[in-house]
Amino acid sequence: MPDPREYQTEAIVIKKTKLGEADSILTFFTPRLGKIQGFAKSLRKPKSKMAGHLELLTHSTVSFSRGRGNIPTITGAQTINSFMPLKNDLWLTSCGLYTIELVHQFTAEHQENYGIFELLADTLAGLCEVENKELVLRYFEMHLLESAGYRPQLRQCITCHRALDPATNYFSPAAGGLLCPDCNLNQPFSYPLSLNAQKVLRLLQGEDFTATARVKIDADLEREMENVISGYLKYLLEKEVKSAAWLDTLREQRLQFKRPI
Amino acid sequence: MSKEEPAVPATDAIGKLVQEFSKLPGIGPKSAQRITFHLLRSPEEKAKELAEALTSLKQRVNLCSICCNVTESDPCPICRNSQRDAATVCIVEQPQDILAIEHTGAYKGLYHVLHGAISPTEGVGADDIRTRELLARLDNNSVNEVILATNTNMEGEQTAMYLSRIITPLGIKVTRLARGLPFGTELEYADDMTLTRALEGRQEF
Repeated sequence: MPDPREYQTEAIVIKKTKLGEADSILTFFTPRLGKIQGFAKSLRKPKSKMAGHLELLTHSTVSFSRGRGNIPTITGAQTINSFMPLKNDLWLTSCGLYTIELVHQFTAEHQENYGIFELLADTLAGLCEVENKELVLRYFEMHLLESAGYRPQLRQCITCHRALDPATNYFSPAAGGLLCPDCNLNQPFSYPLSLNAQKVLRLLQGEDFTATARVKIDADLEREMENVISGYLKYLLEKEVKSAAWLDTLREQRLQFKRPI
Repeated sequence: MSKEEPAVPATDAIGKLVQEFSKLPGIGPKSAQRITFHLLRSPEEKAKELAEALTSLKQRVNLCSICCNVTESDPCPICRNSQRDAATVCIVEQPQDILAIEHTGAYKGLYHVLHGAISPTEGVGADDIRTRELLARLDNNSVNEVILATNTNMEGEQTAMYLSRIITPLGIKVTRLARGLPFGTELEYADDMTLTRALEGRQEF
């Protein structure tokens, strides 16, 4: 059956590109259609009726009309959740932008992945509500990796398959998981990972975020996990995650004092 | 979308000009051809005027050393004007934004042009826009108020929030242009964010 000419879907806006004088091309992540694009006419004019409903990091119902071009035209949009607390805070907006950049990088167009849609919507809501924002980001990264087929192996040595000793082991981005100290000798590049970091990352791989959220994590441990996962993400994407650099700038400048991370 | 190759080879004078015009924003190969042949048919003086205007654009226009606006004289006429309120600085993203604000006639202070906005996903950080020049300017205690007039999209909001965090500790009053319903729109189409801001910023009537 041919695709319908007009259709409507829930969607989260993950990318916006300016086109011509006042038009935009938007990229959405949807529950059933995966990552899709839409053309929005005159979106950047002050009187655009849809502009507020199609801002980045907004969960909306969007109507499309398929014309002769490759990209369907957006004919209507209505906000479901604008994640307002997120947009009123510099640090939270930056965290949100980081999550949508990762979703954009890790997904291909028209590949349905309901898990990623749900994860993104829950993460944006979590950033508004949960106190430890860094932990929300780590949970998001671990589950995005899993949904995209890159779940890191953290329970046994990825080379010799032996159970890991409860001590510092080594995370190898190339191998996609932990190595025991013996197997690590042959690896060109890996990160030492403390026992506590291993435990928290294993917890994060589980489904229950609330259990993980109760764990007390100090700044060093937070930094250690962030460093290892960002190294793995960079290895998989073969490039820098642009918004991660901005998060680092904010972390360094401690501009997020208003909302402790 | 890839642009089609122009029908005229790029080696001769016509082809070269077509190619150059088609590099401009909003001009495709067909428009580029139309402009080129229009110029070819025009009197020579017209073509010379255009060529001179183009050359002088790059030779004479520079950035104002105070506000970073585009100008032919340094400081720019706005910064030089002693009638304007030097204690108020309005921060905008682009020089075109100054034209829009000046057109209202409602603002008599000075400006600062950032030449961009912070856009983490595009890799544009605070050091890639003219924040350093702004902070150097605010350092000499002559400014009482900074008006954040960046766009009301995600990049503009991020920039405004960032600037507010770094300017407020300097003891300078930081204000943001009111955000809410644009004139001539209908309430039922407004999104949550716009309506919330419009309610927050309501004024006695």
